Amino acid sequence: MSTVTMGNALNQALHDAIAEDENVLMFGEDVGTLGGVFRITDGLTEEFGEERCFDTPLAEAGIVGFAIGMCLTGFRPVVEMQFDAFAYPAFEQINSHLAKMRNRTGGKVTLPMVIRIPYAGGIGGVEHHCDSSEGYYAHTPGLKVVTPSTPADAYSLLREAIADPDPVIFMEPKVLYWSKADLELPVQEPPFGRAAVRRKGTDVTIVTYGPSVPTALKAAEAAREEGWDVEVIDLRTIVPFDDETVVESVRRTGRCVVVSESQGFAGVAGEVAARVSERCFHSLEAPVARVTGLDIPYPAPKLEHTYLPGVERILDAIGRLQWDDVPDLTHAGASA
Amino acid sequence: METTLAPGGVATDLLPSPQPVQLLDPDGVLVEQAAGNHQYTAPSAERLLELWRGMVIGRRLDVQSTALTKQGRLAVYPSSRGQEACQVGAVQAITGRDWMFPTYRESVALFTRGIDPVEALTLLRGDAHCGYDPMAHKTAPQCTPLSTQLLHAAGAAYGEKRRGSDAVALAFIGDGATSEGDFHEALNFAAVFSAPVIFFVQNNKYAISVPLAKQSKAPALAYKGIGYGVRSEQIDGNDPAAVLAVMDAAVEHARSGHGPFLIEAHTYRMDAHTNADDASRYRTADEVSAWLAKDPLARLQTWLTINGHLDEAAIRDAEQEGEERASDLRDRMNAEPQVDPNSLFDNVFAEPTPQQREQQAMVRAELEADASYAEEESR
Ligand SMILES: Cc1ncc(C[n+]2csc(CCOP(=O)(O)OP(=O)(O)O)c2C)c(N)n1
Repeated sequence: MSTVTMGNALNQALHDAIAEDENVLMFGEDVGTLGGVFRITDGLTEEFGEERCFDTPLAEAGIVGFAIGMCLTGFRPVVEMQFDAFAYPAFEQINSHLAKMRNRTGGKVTLPMVIRIPYAGGIGGVEHHCDSSEGYYAHTPGLKVVTPSTPADAYSLLREAIADPDPVIFMEPKVLYWSKADLELPVQEPPFGRAAVRRKGTDVTIVTYGPSVPTALKAAEAAREEGWDVEVIDLRTIVPFDDETVVESVRRTGRCVVVSESQGFAGVAGEVAARVSERCFHSLEAPVARVTGLDIPYPAPKLEHTYLPGVERILDAIGRLQWDDVPDLTHAGASA
Repeated sequence: METTLAPGGVATDLLPSPQPVQLLDPDGVLVEQAAGNHQYTAPSAERLLELWRGMVIGRRLDVQSTALTKQGRLAVYPSSRGQEACQVGAVQAITGRDWMFPTYRESVALFTRGIDPVEALTLLRGDAHCGYDPMAHKTAPQCTPLSTQLLHAAGAAYGEKRRGSDAVALAFIGDGATSEGDFHEALNFAAVFSAPVIFFVQNNKYAISVPLAKQSKAPALAYKGIGYGVRSEQIDGNDPAAVLAVMDAAVEHARSGHGPFLIEAHTYRMDAHTNADDASRYRTADEVSAWLAKDPLARLQTWLTINGHLDEAAIRDAEQEGEERASDLRDRMNAEPQVDPNSLFDNVFAEPTPQQREQQAMVRAELEADASYAEEESR
């Protein structure tokens, strides 16, 4: 066993994938000599050469479109977008081509590529460095959307993403890059489409993913003092979505809080809440609550603690679900 | 190729010739070396004959396709009548091992590429997004979002290079599309990675209704290559000999490892943007008739005839083939396409998601209910 950060695990996954398959390439902005601004590609160019891990011009649409073309000749590119909000120039390539090519061509053209996007906040980043953009990608059929919350998952899910026959948007929670685990790599965790129960509980189910998982676990610990036994589910992959694990849990606990860092309105949390309501209506003791980021652009660093869904807001939401009569959820979550 | 700077600091080997390269004037007379200070010589009579034949058939199919919109067989059709020298000439300069990246306007280029016209028109007919197998033909799906396919072309060209192949990529775009960001990113990527791609701009003077003067202030669109370090050339796009000669040079340049090449072909779209567009709102009849006099097909036919490469019988023969191909297209387009709603969930992912499986079951149940209702009604 050794201590591994999420950053180390991602780096090792890239390393192992490049070593195993000569078609796997890594490219993007500053990923070569520098090893990426978060050092996730550290040492790859050194070990495998510029042919396998290289810097591109500073152009996100260019990076994704170029990778699509390379897929046509049998490569499996992994590309890095430097930060969440800087993937937007590539959105047309992602939405109009990457997601649709298999369908457009009746399965004749497949695009096995991975777009790695460091995303979400909690690191005191300046504007455009903390967006949670998973909702845009999850809304687009043809893209798998993956977001690990542990180093083991980071390794395993990234290896699976690179091996996947379809395009994968791999969302890396920046705030967790330095989170640690005692781990022996390589590891193989459950495949895409399987959520993980991070904490067992009987009274309330928290459904969450990515950067909010540790916060939800902290809230669950704190809730124990109030006498509430909280189950925490980490989705791991938003697309494909694991209805089964979520539904099984909520039918058992009868209460559900969805926690997500992105703006709540029209987001992934709303989708989860709707699915739970549709499938668990007769088991629910209270409405499904959402605790999300506020419906504002990601704020300046000094205000991000007010924006982020923290332990207090989650506990508050859980508290509101405990009354026998229909609770007032007006302030349960940012978008409730 | 190392770029060389003239005393004034201009990268001379990147510069297009000052005038569009022309080898065959509108009267069908060879004007070799006359226009500009270019170095191109006319292709052989055999190749020009083949090009002419492709243009005859291409135009006939193009006119047929427009007619099919009037009969409701095609939802929409963007004609390239008048642009045949570009559509056919560019394709005839590449081989089956090379890639092609067409737009919605490149139906005639697809026919020339050997793609079955019915398959080529599937997108515009409306029953599927791409009727042909892109991998089998090394031809990408016709691209609708402007300029986006140029990056795919750069990537594919670079991929071929990395594989040690000498295949090149030919990517078509229009004049308006040169204003899109992806055009600029593609030129830059192709240059930086020395990708063997030929960007073929058909400057047909309008982007739907917007004239070139409102699109760009560059002295010529070909000049846009120089800032990226891309060798560029402008040609008379209604001169089939110039198209083939410059395409040959571009293919040779890219295939031999000198990187990308940008061609601006000055041409004209004789029909409206599509059958649904009213071109009389933005251009005059005089302008159109002036361009009619520069018809690329008539021009080459004149030269071939005057020089004894073509006689009445050969012309009739080519026209006959065009007629047969058009009537075959008409017949086959008359069959109602069978589109199975059950296939909607195929090929979104390699394996459908659980959520898609649920929706698919719903659609199947609806279809079965409809079918049994129809059966009951008919009893
Ligand atoms: C990104 C994008 N914006 C707008 C359109 C709508 N559109 C379709 S064709 C066209 C004009 C294109 O003109 P040009 O590039 O000159 O090509 P041409 O049609 O003349 O061949 C426009 C604006 C589009 N297809 N894609």
